[in-house]
Amino acid sequence: MSSHAHPTVKMFVAVWIALLVLTALTVFVATLDLGPFNPVVALTIATIKALLVLLFFMELRYSTALTKVGVTAALFFLLILVWLTLSDYLTRGWTSYINPFQ
Amino acid sequence: MPDNQVAPHNLKHHFADLEQQKETSTFGMWVFLITEIMFFGGAFSAYLVYRLHYYNAWVAGSQTMEIKLGAINTVVLICSSLTMVLAVHFAKLGRRQWTALCLVLTMALGFAFLGIKAVEYHGHWLHHEVPGPNFHFEHVGNYDPHQVMIFFSLYFAMTGLHALHMLIGAGLLTWLLVANARGRFTTEYNTPVEMVGLYWHFVDLVWIYLFPLLYLISHSHNG
Amino acid sequence: METISHTSQAKTNYLNADYGLKSWLLTTDHKRIGILYLISISVFFVLGGFFAMLIRLELLTPAGDLVLADTYNKLFTMHGVVMIFLFLIPAIPSVFGNFLVPMMVGAKDLAFPKLNLLSWYLFMIGASFIMYSVITGGLDTGWTFYTPYSTTYSNSNVVAAALGVFINGFSSIFTGLNIIVTVHRMRAPGLTWQRLPLFIWAHYATSVIMVLGTPVLAVTIVLVALERLFHFGIFDARYGGDPLLFQHLFWFYSHPAVYIMILPAMGVISEVLACFSRKRIFGYSFVAMSSIAIAVLGFLVWAHHMYVAGISTYAAIIFSLLTFFVAIPSAVKVFNWTATLYKGSITFETPMLYVFAFIGLFTIGGLTGVFLAAVGIDLHVTDTYFVVAHFHYVMVGGTVTAFLAALHFWWPKMTGKMYPEGFSKLSALFVFAGFNLTFFPQFLLGYLGMPRRYHAYPPEFQVLNVLSTAGASILAVGFLMPMLYFAWSLQYGKDAGDNPWKAAGLEWMTSSPPPTFNFDETPTVTWEAYNYDEIDAPGGPAQDKPTHNKGVEVAG
Repeated sequence: MSSHAHPTVKMFVAVWIALLVLTALTVFVATLDLGPFNPVVALTIATIKALLVLLFFMELRYSTALTKVGVTAALFFLLILVWLTLSDYLTRGWTSYINPFQ
Repeated sequence: MPDNQVAPHNLKHHFADLEQQKETSTFGMWVFLITEIMFFGGAFSAYLVYRLHYYNAWVAGSQTMEIKLGAINTVVLICSSLTMVLAVHFAKLGRRQWTALCLVLTMALGFAFLGIKAVEYHGHWLHHEVPGPNFHFEHVGNYDPHQVMIFFSLYFAMTGLHALHMLIGAGLLTWLLVANARGRFTTEYNTPVEMVGLYWHFVDLVWIYLFPLLYLISHSHNG
Repeated sequence: METISHTSQAKTNYLNADYGLKSWLLTTDHKRIGILYLISISVFFVLGGFFAMLIRLELLTPAGDLVLADTYNKLFTMHGVVMIFLFLIPAIPSVFGNFLVPMMVGAKDLAFPKLNLLSWYLFMIGASFIMYSVITGGLDTGWTFYTPYSTTYSNSNVVAAALGVFINGFSSIFTGLNIIVTVHRMRAPGLTWQRLPLFIWAHYATSVIMVLGTPVLAVTIVLVALERLFHFGIFDARYGGDPLLFQHLFWFYSHPAVYIMILPAMGVISEVLACFSRKRIFGYSFVAMSSIAIAVLGFLVWAHHMYVAGISTYAAIIFSLLTFFVAIPSAVKVFNWTATLYKGSITFETPMLYVFAFIGLFTIGGLTGVFLAAVGIDLHVTDTYFVVAHFHYVMVGGTVTAFLAALHFWWPKMTGKMYPEGFSKLSALFVFAGFNLTFFPQFLLGYLGMPRRYHAYPPEFQVLNVLSTAGASILAVGFLMPMLYFAWSLQYGKDAGDNPWKAAGLEWMTSSPPPTFNFDETPTVTWEAYNYDEIDAPGGPAQDKPTHNKGVEVAG
């Protein structure tokens, strides 16, 4: 068997309550007007919830280093997809065609 | 390696021992989940590109979402993650009845989610918010109605794919219930329960991101 | 050097362990699944070649006089779809990867044998959908499915073909998953990463690409299908959709896909080249790391397919720079292979002939890829035959050549039979000559301005086109001959013995054909890869160490 301490029912319930609280929080914050920070807060809360599920429910904490590297790699390449695609979309207006023969 | 002792009957022939088998299965499931991250990630990328360009349309679309139903569904899924993790916990302890109960609860919560989603979809249909020839969107705001159709296209595509994954999860839970009833899971061998658990949690993870991105875009939401 | 002589037929091996259709269609033996794939992809190769033949026949004359323009669109589309998805992507990984990976790591099977069988069934189901699309009128969008033509305007069977590619993708994903997990978790004792054959490194890198890239194609195809069926509007400019978004998502997979096609081929080359030079690969670590580098860098360059599509100039420059970088690890490999040849004891059996062909042809293909990486050049030759020639040099001159090398090298292992060497050398010559005559003129055609995907062209291009078609007919003969003599060898070929090439590698230390469970005892590896100095030493080969079985099967 794996040599880590067995997670307890108590821990699961604690994480569950945390997730519920964070859900209520994110709904509440959405009703406030924080301007450009609304999505930042929403995604931060979502990421905290995601980490709770990943680390505690999915036991990524106790997984092998290989598994952690794999998950990180997936997120990295997803970031590449988003970032390099945006490198096109966000720079489209930057140049206009200059005719050297005019 | 040929064993002179009797191998555990759950040990597949190409593994040396149960530990290697379990570690291999776990790693395999994580690799599969990595593919799922990339799968949903592609859709999230499309969402992101359009949100940056058509923000007003995204706001308008999001404001017609029923936050209450979305929030309830989020709670439902979080509860189902708890019951799932408890199912794994009891399976590891060899407690068949508690495992069965938790699996049934997980499945029930999953179907509750799908039911609420169906109600939402029906509402969208009634309001002509389903993309296609019947699409007709009216809402306050400074946006291009054509672009709102893209919002709804991505909404239906992403939540639809998510719902499909939940259905598959329900199928997997059914399989687990049957196997559990037949006494297949013991304190030594309960890997399938854990693997389905990983899958189920992942589907929950996707929703954790879908909810704020689709339902909570706008500030000062009016119900 | 002695091999213990025994007749393979007398011993139980994976081929004769069980008989009947059911034993093949329900097998979980990775070797049988590799054979199933071999048969399938060979059939699809012939189909793809048939479409190529029609294309080249049409292009004999400048006028579009053999087929209608719409039909021609379907021909090059189906040629691309069948060749890429039903041949090039699975060819080496699903045939030789499946057959050899477990053996090379000293395992009894892949990590998930049933998933492996599912992979093959998904491949066949996906292929069926694509065949349905072919039979019911064909697909005319180009294998690239560009929107809005594929989503809105095409009248051909887009959804069926898209569904087929989608299902096929899962075949790829599950194979990649299986290989990654097997290499990590099921290596024999003593088999460290640095002792692995470079074939394994190459397939591992390929599998990483399969696992990370294919799902993005899958979701993109789903969006295309939804748009086509339900008029969703995601890529439809009438609703503010961007056709370029499709291209970004599509090429995010489809560029790494070409590395799925070439990396296994490079793995094959390392194995065969080392054997017929009787030397370990020079710069083993560099070659291994280059495989990983190609996989990683390959994900960063996709928009070099989109320079003229409307992306921003700045993005084009970024992707151009990254594309120059991705060429480097491939070049590192070519240099290391060349250095391996230096002072090697080189012999020219058929597999080695294909290796030499690969090194030359892949270098040409790869260099022309570097030309295309430069935005200034690409602006002129994109969508011309220059690009067509480039990718055929790497895919046919590269992957197909390596596939043939692999087929000849491991045929004795898979079947226990030798193919006729004289005929095989002759067909290699046909392949090499035919290939160059077919595709070198296309570089010239592209440079001179002939566009691709056109069924008619200006008369001044005819001579080069006729040369190309002539070459294609020679190439076809070169491809047909192996089909005939391999089939012949099954019945009449000489018994190969366990290791006719005296090659290094765990797969050669078991019988030919191998027993169902590969090894009676899991070997403990204490030697480095490509230990040809030990194998060829006068004291006796490494294979005769007592830890390795000679095919005598022990129950369990």
